[in-house]
Amino acid sequence: MNKLKEIFGGDTRQFGMIFALVFLIVLFQVLTDGLTLDPGNVINIFQGNSYILVMAIGMVLVIIAGHIDLSVGSVAAFAGIVVAIAMRDWGIPWPVGILLGLAIGALVGAWQGFWVAVVGIPAFIVTLAGMLIFRGANQYVGKSNTVPVGEGFQTIGAGYLPEVGPNTGYNNLTVLIGILVCAAIIGGTLRNRRNQAKIGAELEDGMVMWIRLALISVAILAVAMLMASGRPGTSLPISALILGALVLLYGFISTRTIIGRHIYAVGGNRHAAELSGVRSKRVNFLVMMNMSILASLAGMMFVARSNASGPFDGVGWELDAIAAVFIGGAAVTGGVGTVVGAVIGGLVMAVLNNGLQLLGVGADMTQIIKGLVLLTAVAFDVYNKSQGRRSLTGLMMQNFGGRATKETAETVKQES
Amino acid sequence: MAGSAPILEMTGITKTFPGVKALSDVTLTVRRGDVHAICGENGAGKSTLMKVLSGVHPHGSYDGTIRFNGAEVTFNNIRDSEHAGIVIIHQELALIPELSIAENIFLGNEETRRGAIDWVKTNNRARDLLARVGLAEDPETPIKNIGVGKQQLVEIAKALAKDVQLLILDEPTAALNEEDSRHLLDLIRGLQGKGITSIMISHKLNEIEAIADAITIIRDGQTVETLDVREGAVDEDRIIRGMVGRSLESRFPDHTPEIGEVMFEVKGWTVAHPQVPDRLVAKQSDFFVRRGEIVGFAGLMGSGRTELMRSIFGHSYGTWLGGEMTLNGTRVDLRSVPAAIDAGIGYVTEDRKSLGLNLLDDIKTTTVSAKLKKIAHNLVIDRRAEHSAADDYRKQLRTKTPSVDYDVAKLSGGNQQKVVLAKWLFTDPDLLILDEPTRGIDVGAKYEIYGIIQRLASQGKGVIVVSSELPELLGLSDRIYTISEGRITGVLDKGHADQESLMRLMTKTSTTPKDAA
Repeated sequence: MNKLKEIFGGDTRQFGMIFALVFLIVLFQVLTDGLTLDPGNVINIFQGNSYILVMAIGMVLVIIAGHIDLSVGSVAAFAGIVVAIAMRDWGIPWPVGILLGLAIGALVGAWQGFWVAVVGIPAFIVTLAGMLIFRGANQYVGKSNTVPVGEGFQTIGAGYLPEVGPNTGYNNLTVLIGILVCAAIIGGTLRNRRNQAKIGAELEDGMVMWIRLALISVAILAVAMLMASGRPGTSLPISALILGALVLLYGFISTRTIIGRHIYAVGGNRHAAELSGVRSKRVNFLVMMNMSILASLAGMMFVARSNASGPFDGVGWELDAIAAVFIGGAAVTGGVGTVVGAVIGGLVMAVLNNGLQLLGVGADMTQIIKGLVLLTAVAFDVYNKSQGRRSLTGLMMQNFGGRATKETAETVKQES
Repeated sequence: MAGSAPILEMTGITKTFPGVKALSDVTLTVRRGDVHAICGENGAGKSTLMKVLSGVHPHGSYDGTIRFNGAEVTFNNIRDSEHAGIVIIHQELALIPELSIAENIFLGNEETRRGAIDWVKTNNRARDLLARVGLAEDPETPIKNIGVGKQQLVEIAKALAKDVQLLILDEPTAALNEEDSRHLLDLIRGLQGKGITSIMISHKLNEIEAIADAITIIRDGQTVETLDVREGAVDEDRIIRGMVGRSLESRFPDHTPEIGEVMFEVKGWTVAHPQVPDRLVAKQSDFFVRRGEIVGFAGLMGSGRTELMRSIFGHSYGTWLGGEMTLNGTRVDLRSVPAAIDAGIGYVTEDRKSLGLNLLDDIKTTTVSAKLKKIAHNLVIDRRAEHSAADDYRKQLRTKTPSVDYDVAKLSGGNQQKVVLAKWLFTDPDLLILDEPTRGIDVGAKYEIYGIIQRLASQGKGVIVVSSELPELLGLSDRIYTISEGRITGVLDKGHADQESLMRLMTKTSTTPKDAA
């Protein structure tokens, strides 16, 4: 169970989402006559959604801590325009531009963190204000114009891994990364298992573990091969690489470090956390600040991909990021959620979006369907829990050797 | 009495949760007009049985039959059981603080006229009901403005508004002081005279002894026995024997104190209420703790005992106005909880669920949560160290759990409290403050927790115990301070203290006219 938790992130809803994701991919693959898993399309899905997923990583931490951030779209747009103008007018090189963008994110985050953590204004209000302030700031700074960015900068949003080594018909680096990721997951799982055995913890069935590892490895290698076999010049997008690195980094921070524990503790029971020596103000401040830094990064990735920064960048992004987090198993009341879950939730939305687009479904219907999916995904699980039954996703999980652990906890929390 | 049929017969009740058999073939027969007590250790299945009875666990989710007023009943939810005349009052009160007494009484059961709330009728009926429970309050007073004791009476008024025939009270006096408890018990007896049958779950055996007509004892999900008080008096020892399956020689483990020099001293500690700056919750408080000493703090609810302790624990309550603190011979100024923990002070909070635990966590996460540094290298948590530390404390404190990966929310109160204690023992405190360490915990677990407290003292640590239960303070403490209205009104040595002398000091009011409104 623990290993399942660590890999998939530990919430029953997430398991449901993995199945939903696989189901959607298969469904659209059939409906679109194979267009969905076309290399170009897979690359496109990652490239076109990485920035949302980057924000979902920040958002899940905000939501675990019991807050919300509505300003991410505006903050992203603000950072994007300042960086674009700085590079155009002051001629600063693009790597410095990226650092500048992250610094702007940190400043904006410190501003919002100050109001949330120090003054104690609910994040909903602070970031609603921030949504207006930074949207306005974007349009004021950019005079509501579109500002193009140079080729170097475009790498982080539209770039690919270079061709290296012998001509194999595949992009070698992409395949190599796929193999390395598989090896890391298998190695990590086995190491964990050894550690668990040493401390005498309950071990999951070895068979189950190997089946799961095999499934994961096949999935990762398949995606890697798909991306590696695309149109010449394309491969694993740099934006997906950034996303992957952030998932690893924040997954580690949230599960293995003191600050990660403190975020869950503050969201789970702030008073108990404070009386256990957690500085909740600092946690809230850092979480809000981190969100704005990631939002700025997402904004820059988007600008890089669309070659220019505009006055309406990032409109509605907050909703996509929040939806991803909740589909990925987070609780509105805080204390529950995982980084991996949020990314999977985001991928569900991305695949859905993409599939509907390929089918030629209009933007109107797409929005309706996305809204309904969000609602049913969460409602289904809540309903099953409220009926005292094991949720369907929990049952699915059982077949994978797990047991529902967080359900009771959540119910208790609602009762008390 | 022999002639009338029982009001309630539950037979062969078996309730299984995934992996656990919570109730196994339980039988409960309640005579009409009785006060029927249900006793058992925490986790014995008392609450589950009441949930089966009140429809929280719907018909079909358990085996066995329930006959109420002679007819078999099948409740699917609380509304069904309330409709039949069975009302349950939970340990944690279910009142809305912002609403008035009258609104709370008729919540979900509103007095309406043509679809709109009839306020005249609502308030009039509320006034009648309040008179019946002996509560002299304006029905339009918001709930948040009356004390816990009175809130409990409002709950009963609410039950009466539903034409209750069988009233179930889960730990009704757990949060009440002696006077309010007495009043409540009188009321329950009064209701008995008006034909209302009561089932009362309580850990306070002296109350059960005083009020119950019959006592059913449950242990490990099974009915052990039903004692009929009318056929002969049943004393506390008899009940305890039934509950734990053995007789406890003494309620407190043997302990010979070895008291050393003063290790902690507070002088002139003064604290204002966080929202009302001119209201002082601690006034010029002086006290000290010696090594190896267990110091009790007695005070009525609202006397400022918890406020004082929390203020000492890193200023975690109120606004500190003055006073100094000496720990192990050095003046210390601990203005935050982390500073207090680092200095070697631990504080076990009074309200386990809302202040002591994150109910989403498992045992190991909770155990290490107050001192993560101890199991982390460069801010990264060593999960092996975490697991083995938690497992050590599980063994030391004999926490009953399948493993330390188990969620704390699933543990019984006594075991939850052991996890909270483990969390504080893990911080290696020099001074441990325990606020109501045994509230809502069964007799067996209490005994074990007393043992843990005494062991700490034997290791030369200072221990402060705050408790509403005077017998507990008298049995455990080497010295007892009394608090009233934020002021320390006296200190008694073990040999010189008894319930009366403590109560006198606890109710001593200041000579100056009301400076604390």
